[in-house]
Amino acid sequence: MLKKRIIPLMLLLDGRLVKTIQFDSWRNVGDPIQSAGVYNSQYTDELVLLNIARDKRSIEQLAALIPEIAKVSFMPLSVGGGINSLADAAYLINQGADKIIINSLAYDQPEIITKISQEFGCQAVIVSIDIKEDDNGKFLLYSHCGQELEGTTLLNHIKQCEDAGAGEFMIQSIDHDGMMEGYNIRLLEYVMNNTNIPVIGCGGSGNYQHLKDAFVKTEISALGCGSLFNFSDSNPIRAKNYLTNYGLAFKKV
Amino acid sequence: MIGILNIGVGNVQSVYNAIYENGFDPVFVNSPDEIKDLSHLILPGVGNFSAVMANLNKLNFVNPIKNFSAENKPMLGICLGMQLLASYSEEGNKTSGLNIIPATVSKIDNTQQLRVPHVGWNEVNCTQKHPIFINIKDQRDFYFVHSYHMQCNNRENVIATTHYGTELTCAVAYKNVVGVQFHPEKSQKNGMQLLENFCNWDGQC
Repeated sequence: MLKKRIIPLMLLLDGRLVKTIQFDSWRNVGDPIQSAGVYNSQYTDELVLLNIARDKRSIEQLAALIPEIAKVSFMPLSVGGGINSLADAAYLINQGADKIIINSLAYDQPEIITKISQEFGCQAVIVSIDIKEDDNGKFLLYSHCGQELEGTTLLNHIKQCEDAGAGEFMIQSIDHDGMMEGYNIRLLEYVMNNTNIPVIGCGGSGNYQHLKDAFVKTEISALGCGSLFNFSDSNPIRAKNYLTNYGLAFKKV
Repeated sequence: MIGILNIGVGNVQSVYNAIYENGFDPVFVNSPDEIKDLSHLILPGVGNFSAVMANLNKLNFVNPIKNFSAENKPMLGICLGMQLLASYSEEGNKTSGLNIIPATVSKIDNTQQLRVPHVGWNEVNCTQKHPIFINIKDQRDFYFVHSYHMQCNNRENVIATTHYGTELTCAVAYKNVVGVQFHPEKSQKNGMQLLENFCNWDGQC
């Protein structure tokens, strides 16, 4: 049986890890290489490293860090933020990344998804989608680190990316980010019902109960956690031990 | 000396790091004439079957790899590297493989609401004893990420399966050649043990 995954989200800003609240008010939460080493010793399922610097949208920072992280972490590593071309993606994969996360580029140049997936297989492309809800509960899509509203609908965007060759979606609720009040269950359910590829749900983890709610109420393949592991005594081992009591299966080491 | 085939596709650095962490000093194999000096050969792999085979043909790697395997030296295929051992694949145009293990590679059937690619940690069920599984408990989880799977013509070449919709073959063996569909270099403790077992293996079963 395929296991559920719990994925620490590591947000990178000027060489340090940070945590945001609704994509703003950054707090420094540590060193990326050290953190990756700790997560590796906790038999974490997978890591996500996102460069969230709004001014420098290039792969420079990721390119410097990935070889170091790959020396201390023997688990899948997904990276994103500032990837602008197939050459960028190829370079990072060559340095030790397993999956490339595309967000803003997926709106204007969905062909980048196709190119990466033809070269490295569709499993190498994660499309990340940042979403806010309006007062009527309509899902609005934002690109460029949550700064630009996109005109398309969530459903159309999902279909377009899937057709272009995406291997996985990462769904981030901007409203729930950093609030530590639980995941946006309605959003995760909506996405799961409308795609046939695996989905990582993000935004809102504050305690293990929140993970349980999302895993039990939706079919979600994986959950990303930022604040939960950054600001509390929690870690992936404890999270899995708790969730095992509710019939959820995780990897056996 | 342990060699890791490097034809510019995929995350070969992680394979290198995992072997190095196990106390070995592997080399990247960038040209066909380097293969004959190796004691062990690893075919890592992500990418598209037909694109990679075309590349192997273009760079004249096919015969040196086949000669290496015929000399009874240990060879390990990982993910696409395992699929390359097959007779042919349906990925892209029907493409011939290295044809070391009689098998075909086809897309995972997603008719029963199965999400494809098969991504994540799944149990590896050993169906036959093999030196690469020494000190690894049965039914441990390894990291998978693939859309195609290998089907062997002969059951005796299958050494482990995993369940995803149906039983998928996830490890194959023929004499000194072994292949795994999952990524040991990304599977932490058990993956590291498997790689160590391979590096210490003399190719005999």
